[in-house]
Amino acid sequence: MLINSPETVVADALRGMAAAHPDLDVDVERRVVARRDARDSGRVGLVSGGGSGHEPLHAGFVGHGMLTAACPGEVFTSPVPDQMVRAAAAAHGGQGVLFVVKNYTGDVMNFEMAAELAGEDGIQVEQVLVNDDVAVTDSLYTAGRRGTGATLFVEKIAGAAAEEGRPLDQVAALARKVNECSRSFGVALSACTTPAKGSPTFELPDGELELGIGIHGEPGRERRAMMTAKEIAEVSLGPVLEELADIGPVDAPVLLLVNGMGATPLLELYGFHGEVARLLADRGVTVARALVGNYVTSLDMAGCSITLCRADEELVRLWDAPVQTAALRWGR
Amino acid sequence: MGALTVRDTQFFRRWMAAAADVVRREAARLTELDSPIGDADHGSNLLRGFTAVESALASEPPATPGALLQLTGRTLISTVGGASGPLYGTLFRRAGKELGEAAEVSDEQLRAALQVGVDAVAQLGGAAPGDKTMLDALLPGVAALATSYRAAADAAEQGALATVPMQARKGRASYLGERSIGHQDPGATSSALLLGALADAAGEGS
Repeated sequence: MLINSPETVVADALRGMAAAHPDLDVDVERRVVARRDARDSGRVGLVSGGGSGHEPLHAGFVGHGMLTAACPGEVFTSPVPDQMVRAAAAAHGGQGVLFVVKNYTGDVMNFEMAAELAGEDGIQVEQVLVNDDVAVTDSLYTAGRRGTGATLFVEKIAGAAAEEGRPLDQVAALARKVNECSRSFGVALSACTTPAKGSPTFELPDGELELGIGIHGEPGRERRAMMTAKEIAEVSLGPVLEELADIGPVDAPVLLLVNGMGATPLLELYGFHGEVARLLADRGVTVARALVGNYVTSLDMAGCSITLCRADEELVRLWDAPVQTAALRWGR
Repeated sequence: MGALTVRDTQFFRRWMAAAADVVRREAARLTELDSPIGDADHGSNLLRGFTAVESALASEPPATPGALLQLTGRTLISTVGGASGPLYGTLFRRAGKELGEAAEVSDEQLRAALQVGVDAVAQLGGAAPGDKTMLDALLPGVAALATSYRAAADAAEQGALATVPMQARKGRASYLGERSIGHQDPGATSSALLLGALADAAGEGS
């Protein structure tokens, strides 16, 4: 691994971010990355955070038109409430703060505590829970669906709305709408290696893959023999489209994220995207906008995920709005 | 358990020192248990937390058992992260609040306070017995405190072992469905270690 020590990976990465992006306010000690122009901006602040290891999510999405502040936790570990409260304070421009929370037990508990503490500090806080992963059955017998690729859609679209000066309740409602209109499915070709453990989180022999994985190195729901990109596109897209049919007409336009898990080359990812795009065209689904790349990753896991978001004109317009962050920038 | 035995702040300090020691010794095993059904960080997260508890207790020594447990809980919430930070933090904070400002507490008061803490954990996490969580060690462990500290440690250890055939219904392991069966829950395991540390502090170590 290209690290100094497992204990310092997060701090070392933040120091690197500070060096690479002087326009960002990076507090290495307190682990908060924030825009410099948030205070007294009169805009709603958008805060997210989660375990590290999913880069560029979330800190890579801090900037004009997206997140106002982010707080990275230890690798695959939710940040602590203290960090979230600091991030909320850094993001508060006088109009309140929206927490974008991926649905994991730890993240939910810590953000809940932070929302209470920030409220006591006089900051109005709303929360949106992202839970787009169709591989997990949403039932009493699980922690509920995981938040994965849709987090990027939520942060981009809610960020654009906040940048336009919309009030907190509207930004929160839009964020919830984006989540409700989004579904994802992920596939792993290899496990990942956390710095703390130093060896793969699970055994996945060559010639096999895991269907329905999350972004924390946990195995998926099912193991299969290796397939071609075309076959993987078919088995991944199936459950996503099936669920999407429940929330709107099949031929309504979608935003499409073909996301790499960290170790899959863009050459392969674009090949995979070609298969996904062809399958969608075959089924009469219009792709309004597509994004291909490593955005919601799982350390050095090889594999990919597909996220579809049913998008009306407003969502597409907000998606197209200017954004200037470390990892996503256009139109400005 | 001697009905007249009282436990002073020093006793609680010994408990936390023993807890930090056992977490240091067992961190690699906890992370290993967390690997197939979690995200391979339980040991390193608790190690960071209890190391921070050690320095917090050294730099601002609390005067009472209640204050000590509350500082422990606050420190865990501020340093561990994940789900175990808020859960263990809540356990110690609520138990500490329950002890109030007494300079010494009886074994029965400590048992009752830990029961309040465990109930708060159950409420925060929304888990029930048999869900393959830390509750599967904490509930039988704290119940057995009425007998002795040793009995509590042993009951918690049995409870942790009993999570092996369970299917996880809470937390990250629940994503695996049936594939979570056959693995010992890391949270139940660390809970048993903490009650083992309590027995050590009481001179009832194994």
